[in-house]
Amino acid sequence: MMKVLQVKHLQKVFFPGTDNERHVLKNINLQVDEGDFISVIGNNGAGKSTLLNTIAGTLHADAGEIDLASHNVSKKSVAYRSRWMSRVFQDPKMGTAGDLTVMQNLVLAQSHTNTINLKWYQRKGDVEEYQELLKTLNMGLENFMDTQVKYLSGGQRQALSLLMATLSKPKLLLLDEHTAALDPKTSQEVMRITNEMVQREHLTTMMITHKMSDALKYGNRLVMVQDGQIKLDVRGAEKDNLDTAQLLEAFE
Amino acid sequence: MLISSLGQGLLWAPLAIGVFITFRILDIPDLTTEGSFPFGAAIAVSLMLKGQSAIVASLAGFIAGCLAGLITGILDTKLRIPSLLAGILTMTGLYSINMHIMGKSNVPLLNEKVLTEYLPASWNLDIQTIILGLIVTGIVVTLLYLMFKTRLGLSLMATGNNKDMSAANGINTDGMIIFGYMISNGFIALSGALIAQSNGYADIGMGIGTIVIGLASVLVGEIFLRGHNILTRLIAMVVGAVVYRLLLTIAMGLGFPPDDLKILSAIILVIVICVPIIQNRIRTKRQLKKYLEQVEDKDDESITSEAPAKSILSRD
Repeated sequence: MMKVLQVKHLQKVFFPGTDNERHVLKNINLQVDEGDFISVIGNNGAGKSTLLNTIAGTLHADAGEIDLASHNVSKKSVAYRSRWMSRVFQDPKMGTAGDLTVMQNLVLAQSHTNTINLKWYQRKGDVEEYQELLKTLNMGLENFMDTQVKYLSGGQRQALSLLMATLSKPKLLLLDEHTAALDPKTSQEVMRITNEMVQREHLTTMMITHKMSDALKYGNRLVMVQDGQIKLDVRGAEKDNLDTAQLLEAFE
Repeated sequence: MLISSLGQGLLWAPLAIGVFITFRILDIPDLTTEGSFPFGAAIAVSLMLKGQSAIVASLAGFIAGCLAGLITGILDTKLRIPSLLAGILTMTGLYSINMHIMGKSNVPLLNEKVLTEYLPASWNLDIQTIILGLIVTGIVVTLLYLMFKTRLGLSLMATGNNKDMSAANGINTDGMIIFGYMISNGFIALSGALIAQSNGYADIGMGIGTIVIGLASVLVGEIFLRGHNILTRLIAMVVGAVVYRLLLTIAMGLGFPPDDLKILSAIILVIVICVPIIQNRIRTKRQLKKYLEQVEDKDDESITSEAPAKSILSRD
């Protein structure tokens, strides 16, 4: 099995040398294999968001290495890493450009160009193609192609972010508590769409969540981060046998 | 007088468009404007005095502005200096550079052929200025419109709107911001080159207040022409620049001395910032009232329609 992500001896220290010094990631090692769907859980401040941000490139690791699709990206920018990786943020506003239309957002997500590109962004036939994709979300978004995204609801925006994140067929999909800002019903709906997409496109996924039930229900692997270290890493049958009580116990 | 302010307004239009790119597309208040405007004028006038044609000199003014934007862009993105301060630094530095280029604080053109003189001499100066302004703004608006239809333009808009999302989608956001600063200041400097030719001189102080003029033109334009279509927005900038010139001409006509123009500019800017806010509040209030009345009407209907039903029941 091919490994998509290899994290070696990752260290992150915030405010070194001050009274507020915090060692957030303590020598983290993690390998993500192709096809993995990992739920990442952990207390607030345990370091799971920092881990995700370091993998995504928003934060740079203080020590250690990150190999993404066999490329050493430890010192590379977010834009460079995005060739192999997409991300859905917690805040629906973060994952989409509010002043741009649904169509424009989708084009941006698909093109992933890093160089100057003077091609027209809107070509014939694209509209229908995108509409078909939007229909799979079942949120009526196909009727709002030319609507600025800021007028959509949180759930619609998040579903769009999700679709955008999968458009470029990433090797690794990062979901950063992407249902946390939604109401229970919408959150469930977005989670259902997420699972559908991950299965359909066979996406390798890392999902941070605070919901024990989601962590147990979805994915083939569960990673618990605690005090900057990986406390628990179970997969397959071992994960299926876990229940909420056992997880809460492990949180001690 | 109206005719002449139309021509003048068109020459100021590239400034409004330049300010629009940083202020509206990138969401950055860029003060480089006050330096790049006279920079364009200084470069154009000194090249013309050295024997270059007005066309080459004006284009050189544009490129000079791009360079000024490049500096601010690097200060902002690579050195992480806050954008407001980055603009102030470039603007301050440009003062010395402009003095070096011009050699003294005011350099008049002598008998050099300015851009308007490429047009038929039989037309009077106001018509010449209007035609020249239309040609230049026509080219600028068309080029920008086409640029915003490409993926490059889309990336620029996305970067200004949501930087994190743009980076996550593979856009080199630093590069886009620098590019935005460059074309913005290029057009601002081009405006400076045109105004210097129209005035017949370049002056070290001609940049003072240009950011206020630019912002006011942007906001005035948006009051007159609304919409999120990029062509509408660009044309709104041209309209804004012309209307703003008209307002100043009217103020001058009322007998205000030229020295008071700066404070008038500032007052106009305050007014045009406040007008849309008040407009919006009134509109929302009116819509809300209308909506609530409709809801009340419905409630009334439902009560009256329920009433007979109840009386029927009570009869039973």
